[in-house]
Amino acid sequence: MGLCMSLAGRDIISIRDFTRFDIDHMLSAADQMELQAKSGSDILRGKIMATLFFEPSTRTKLSFESAMYRLGGSCIGFAEPSTASVQKGENLSDTVRVVENYADVLVIRHPLEGASRLAGEVTDVPVVNAGSGSEEHPTQAILDIYTMKREFGHIDGLKVAMVGDLRYGRTVHSLAYALSLYKDVKLCLISPDLLRMRHEVLEDIGRNIDFEEGKDLGKILGEVDVIYMTRIQKERFADLAEYEAIKGSYRLTQADLKHCKKGAIVMHPLPRVDEIDADVDGTIYARYFRQVWYGVLSRMGLLALILGAIT
Amino acid sequence: MSQVGKAELYVKKIRNGTVIDHISAGYALDVLKILNVTGKETNTVGVVINVPSKHIGKKDIVKIEGGELKPEDVDKIALISPKATINIIHEYDVVEKKKVSLPRDITGIIKCGNPVCISNSKEPVSSLFHVQEVEPIRLRCHYCNRTMEKKDILKQF
Ligand SMILES: [Zn+2]
Repeated sequence: MGLCMSLAGRDIISIRDFTRFDIDHMLSAADQMELQAKSGSDILRGKIMATLFFEPSTRTKLSFESAMYRLGGSCIGFAEPSTASVQKGENLSDTVRVVENYADVLVIRHPLEGASRLAGEVTDVPVVNAGSGSEEHPTQAILDIYTMKREFGHIDGLKVAMVGDLRYGRTVHSLAYALSLYKDVKLCLISPDLLRMRHEVLEDIGRNIDFEEGKDLGKILGEVDVIYMTRIQKERFADLAEYEAIKGSYRLTQADLKHCKKGAIVMHPLPRVDEIDADVDGTIYARYFRQVWYGVLSRMGLLALILGAIT
Repeated sequence: MSQVGKAELYVKKIRNGTVIDHISAGYALDVLKILNVTGKETNTVGVVINVPSKHIGKKDIVKIEGGELKPEDVDKIALISPKATINIIHEYDVVEKKKVSLPRDITGIIKCGNPVCISNSKEPVSSLFHVQEVEPIRLRCHYCNRTMEKKDILKQF
């Protein structure tokens, strides 16, 4: 893959498809969007984005739509597979081949893993993976990385703790891949045994960066620059007692943050349930709401890049 | 006579048929499964397990009187025994000898072990794996990125 490969027309399926150069390129595109977002822009006027959400995710859909509208583009799509053609038994490949006639870019969320990869192979229109099974969620990873870049000025050398459900949480897989493209990044993977990160992911990222696995957030709180919290879903546990026993140890409160490193930040892909106490919101560490704003900027940048409005 | 030659004698020569040699030690029975040999057939089938081999330490050998291997069976054998050789026997002589070969990408012959992989859904698409390691075999699903190892592959035969 050439270093200067343009992103115009490309699919955004998996972070594994990109080089550090590509990701840096996406981050600087996001930087360019701050002004456009505030003053309004029409660089995507006449372009249509279709959101095909076979699985509901209001926030991700809103974020993409906001990004598209802020650049002057238009949006069509569905978020309720029950009302869509899916209900009539049409497969994804056919749906994509129909909708590609209606739009310039397709944003797909699907419960099955690899769905976006397949969609990208049956159409020439660029496809953006907005989450497929528990596999990957690349645009979330890009916004997460962008948040770190904005908050620290760099990604190289950061020590990042990922906490909670590292097995089924699709955002953490993509984020781990993205971080592994940078230099001297150290990952602390904190989870209950049942929810440890998949070996495929560890194997891939282990080739490039250091990681350690653990169960105790308290132990590493004083060392990390980023505390990336995720939600642990009750449904993952066969035994509810087991869930009750561990859930408290993956919850962050203002009191815990007394022990954290100066300048550390707390992130979360949202929605949260109770893994970050509301008393953290007002602290200097909380970044999860600003992260949402960075999400709009980074999706604006991505759409502008793949639709060829910027280079 | 070489050691390999001697190993051949563990089972009587067949007149017409196929000898599958250099099967990874311990996998002869899996090869029989791939070939749908149940033991209820009427033709002669010879199986030798754990014979010393010059090239691969120990190996298994399967001899089947009559019949030919289907190409998809050869591909499956390559998955579990990448060094296997297929000898076609005619009137006690080897008339053709070929090595199985594992392509870099494997299409269609096995399914992805991940039940929520798109390749296991009603989509008009075949499974596709990229070979990461040959021995022991490790495949990555092109679609969901999960790995499949020998034990996962054997479950499907
Ligand atoms: Zn798969």
